[in-house]
Amino acid sequence: MQRIYLDHSATTPVRPEVAEIMMEYMTNKFGNPSSVHSFGREAKEALENARSQVAALIKAQPEEITFTSGGTEADNLAIIGTALKYADKGKHIITSAVEHHAVLHACEHLEKMGFDLTVLPVDEYGIVRMDDLRQAIRDDTILITIMHANNEVGSIQPVAEIGRLAKEKGILFHTDAVQSLGKIPVDVEEMNADLLTGSGHKIYGPKGIGFLYIRKGVHLSPLVFGGAQEKKIRPGTENMPGIVGLGKAVELAGQEMDSEMPRMTQLRDKLIKGILERIPDVRLNGHPTLRVPTNVNVSFEYVEGESLLLSLDMKGIAASSGSACTSGSLDPSHVLLAMGICKEVAHGSVRMTLGRDNTGEQIDYVLDVLPEIVQRLRDMSPLYQKSRKECEGCTRTK
Amino acid sequence: MYSDKVMDHFTNPRNVGEIENASGIGEVGNASCGDIMRIYLKIEDNIIKDIKFKTFGCGAAIATSSMVTELVKGKTVEEALEVTNKAVAEALDGLPPIKMHCSNLAADALHAAIKDYQERESRRAS
Repeated sequence: MQRIYLDHSATTPVRPEVAEIMMEYMTNKFGNPSSVHSFGREAKEALENARSQVAALIKAQPEEITFTSGGTEADNLAIIGTALKYADKGKHIITSAVEHHAVLHACEHLEKMGFDLTVLPVDEYGIVRMDDLRQAIRDDTILITIMHANNEVGSIQPVAEIGRLAKEKGILFHTDAVQSLGKIPVDVEEMNADLLTGSGHKIYGPKGIGFLYIRKGVHLSPLVFGGAQEKKIRPGTENMPGIVGLGKAVELAGQEMDSEMPRMTQLRDKLIKGILERIPDVRLNGHPTLRVPTNVNVSFEYVEGESLLLSLDMKGIAASSGSACTSGSLDPSHVLLAMGICKEVAHGSVRMTLGRDNTGEQIDYVLDVLPEIVQRLRDMSPLYQKSRKECEGCTRTK
Repeated sequence: MYSDKVMDHFTNPRNVGEIENASGIGEVGNASCGDIMRIYLKIEDNIIKDIKFKTFGCGAAIATSSMVTELVKGKTVEEALEVTNKAVAEALDGLPPIKMHCSNLAADALHAAIKDYQERESRRAS
């Protein structure tokens, strides 16, 4: 049976070119960049080269890039690091209801420490309204942290506008760009971003490596203490295989973005259109066009997400869901609920995220098997014939 | 994460459907928490002659529904009342811990259907 991977927003395979250079820095070029000798110097050179590669993709200066253990650490460093540094200027932080847990839980931690938190609502597409943001800003607001693209529904936030407003008001702006990096242009100047999070394993790089862009002139309190690495903002011997792998992955993503972006968009729209045409009682979650080219998120009413995932898996198709069963809690996805989608419908959501390895033929196969999978589960569902009216409380209409 | 037996009952669920003029119908769960199970019973001479189910829910919810129908078909009402959620999970070679609470409700649905049957019987008798 062919296996089709449609979960690229969860993680991606490491590209062979990336694995190759990583192996080189695990074996032959194993030096510690802090060492004076030639082994150290060649590692140091590779470290700075990777920093330049990352900076180039987001239009930053190399010295503005700090390597971290991944997106979660970069988010925590950005949010908690600025809060601690600028606490004497103010204690108010603004975020949105659809952020990744790495942002939301870091903000909630600060709230427990005595900071004030405003969590902005979103519209039916999962997008923050600028008016809400304007109204939320206070004299003591020190940080706005709003993601670039959402990990579940792919919606793209108006980051350029948010950044402009933040700059005008003298507030720091952080954006988690883990799901947009390498997929759509990410430009820290255009966004007026002061802090930006990126991750390696979402762009065919290794797991365990990420970075935080810190605009020149912005200062952070470190969260861990040790040596002088990464300007003491993130001490610890550098993860050299991860860093060179990230550098290579970023470089390749930048080179291929112009060709991959339209190809992904085409596959995405083919999948969305096919599902909506072939299966009744389906909703597209997120915005039809203001979404990353790789994200499809749909709710199949009257069925539950985990059952759909198991059924897809038996056909060789790997996807994910926002149902409670897959979230590890009793509630379905906080993102879908924030968008005003009722719990019943959120439980039936499926996310399919595309990547380099996906083809039009694979999408055809998914569209072939999906209708019968959904129908089989609906035939088993007591909700299916009982009521086909709109769920109360849902803001969305079909 | 699921046992082979769970996957077998999920893939080929036994006794899916509804029974017309059922002797008793029981439903537990609600859609907002992601699981609803409904059991239909046909009872003659105190014996469960037929049993069907309809379930909205995860793999465990569907598999436990299917298993409970197998466990009690042909049994007496009293025997069926002795079947517990735990026994259903054990018959499936166990469930992941997180599923024991949220999706292991099939025996409750069965008992609700039996209660419905008993209430109908007592109304008929009076």
